[in-house]
Amino acid sequence: MTFYHALQVDENRCMGCSHCMTSCPTEAIRVRNGKAVIDEAKCIDCGNCFKACSFRAIYIKQDDFESIFGFKCRVALLPSVFLGQFPQDITVSRIYNILKELGFTHIFETDAATSIFTMAKNAYIAAHPDIKPLISSFCPAVVRLIQVRFPGLVENIMPIKAPIDIMAIYARRQLKKQMSLDDDEIGIFYITPCAAKIAAVKNPVGEDKSNVDGVINMDSLYNRVYKKIKEQGKNYQEIKLPIPQLSSDGVLTSLTNGERRLSNVPHSLSIDEIQNVTEFLEKVENDEIEDIDFLELRACDQSCPGGILTCDNRFLICERMFARARKVAERERNGIQTKELQVAEDADYLLSHSSVSEVKPRSMMSLDNDISKAMEKMNLMREIHKKLPQIDCGVCGAPTCEALAADVACGKASLKNCIFIQRNLATKGEINREEILKIMEEIWGKDIMEYLK
Amino acid sequence: MHFEYTVIEGDFVNAGSASSSVKKTLKQLNVSPAIVKRVVVALYEAEVNAIAHAYGGVVTADIESNQITMRVIDKGPGIPDIEWAMQEGNSTARPEVRDMGFGAGMGLPNIKKNVDQLNVQSTVGVGTTVEMIVNLC
Repeated sequence: MTFYHALQVDENRCMGCSHCMTSCPTEAIRVRNGKAVIDEAKCIDCGNCFKACSFRAIYIKQDDFESIFGFKCRVALLPSVFLGQFPQDITVSRIYNILKELGFTHIFETDAATSIFTMAKNAYIAAHPDIKPLISSFCPAVVRLIQVRFPGLVENIMPIKAPIDIMAIYARRQLKKQMSLDDDEIGIFYITPCAAKIAAVKNPVGEDKSNVDGVINMDSLYNRVYKKIKEQGKNYQEIKLPIPQLSSDGVLTSLTNGERRLSNVPHSLSIDEIQNVTEFLEKVENDEIEDIDFLELRACDQSCPGGILTCDNRFLICERMFARARKVAERERNGIQTKELQVAEDADYLLSHSSVSEVKPRSMMSLDNDISKAMEKMNLMREIHKKLPQIDCGVCGAPTCEALAADVACGKASLKNCIFIQRNLATKGEINREEILKIMEEIWGKDIMEYLK
Repeated sequence: MHFEYTVIEGDFVNAGSASSSVKKTLKQLNVSPAIVKRVVVALYEAEVNAIAHAYGGVVTADIESNQITMRVIDKGPGIPDIEWAMQEGNSTARPEVRDMGFGAGMGLPNIKKNVDQLNVQSTVGVGTTVEMIVNLC
């Protein structure tokens, strides 16, 4: 089974500094030949490695912007966090206009699906009082984290499409109706703030195929839009577009607490940042958590504004989104804008198409599929682990002593990769200088070892 | 494969450390998530019992390819009437323990629900050994 990954290592830039290796929450990275190597089966596309890299050697595969022109009807599926990238004097309609100049024919804000997403979740919660806590399917990195590290909790994930998929279905249906187009004439492109959403589109969980045709990285679109803003300069004349306004609830969905504030259960929590999420899921898995009905879990600090492809400080983005929500809420209070759903006319259809099949575990923690073989490896691993210094220095090219022990037990590394073991063998005359240099070269590459010679 | 952990009386803060460690091992052994869950729930419960009711003790886990045997061996007051303690709602927990949300009398019944074999041996004034066996496949 192969898994799509948006995060890739650029070998020309990678120095093998190992910062990414120690930051990975699933220990998916090793250093070999002076380059970071990502284990595709363990990677959950959370983006921690991207953040940790000082050499910009981790990059994110995206679809070529020009590929939008392969479609007659070109839809930008825009998360509200995109609009939060721009200072408040740049209006929503100005950005919409620029997106149209860039080539999009239609713009749909993903978070307009919040109402449907919330209804579907609340119905699922009501129908499953026996499963506690139920976990939102909103963040694809969290869904993958659970599949890989907490396979026992997959049934706690609500099998409901995220707003981006619901909105993609809505957009396609509307356009087909309005413009009598064929399916292949409509191209739906999601503007993503993170790598996990790309993986979710290319390799959806619980679905055969995504409803989204392509993904464009938020930072690259931001650059295109900002260039236009600069070209327009100060003399820009506002052309008002009739914009179907997002509800205040919709604007806030992708922020921390955005789902929790709409949940109809007595006890819920919202937790962001992947270490925080992991720490809590450990407790849930141990059954230590009682009386929590619903969990909103997000992989990034401050949720989507903290995504690795956003272009400004996450706290500033949050504040801009709050400001937009406050403005919309005032319009709602004054009756200028109804709080009613933008997608109301299709609500029944969308609700009946909002579920995905069950989320399956993707357990990658096991040493072997066969339990007796796994036991042999485990015994070996424990023996090896005892010999290691337990300081997790990472010089062996693995993030921890335990990870090295597991690698050795599985035949993926040598115990001699450990410099403490090397020292030990050297004092006993059981390893020579050339052998040590060769081992270190295999981990850290020829270049870095050159000066030692 | 033998594992051993120490449980300290009244140390609720660290309750669950033995079950967390056993959980990690079972995951690495590719034991199915549903079985891991039962093991963890039972062991956590027994750990808390030893912390709440006894004067600490030892947790051991022995893993073979077909089953896991866990023993929580405490030095404690012992259980005078095991049959009584096995019934839901019966508890001898001190009020301060109940105030912390423990001691609802669900401990042993909950363990029983999650394991394939449960043996409780207890001598009043000496201690209690709770032995739990779960089949792994």
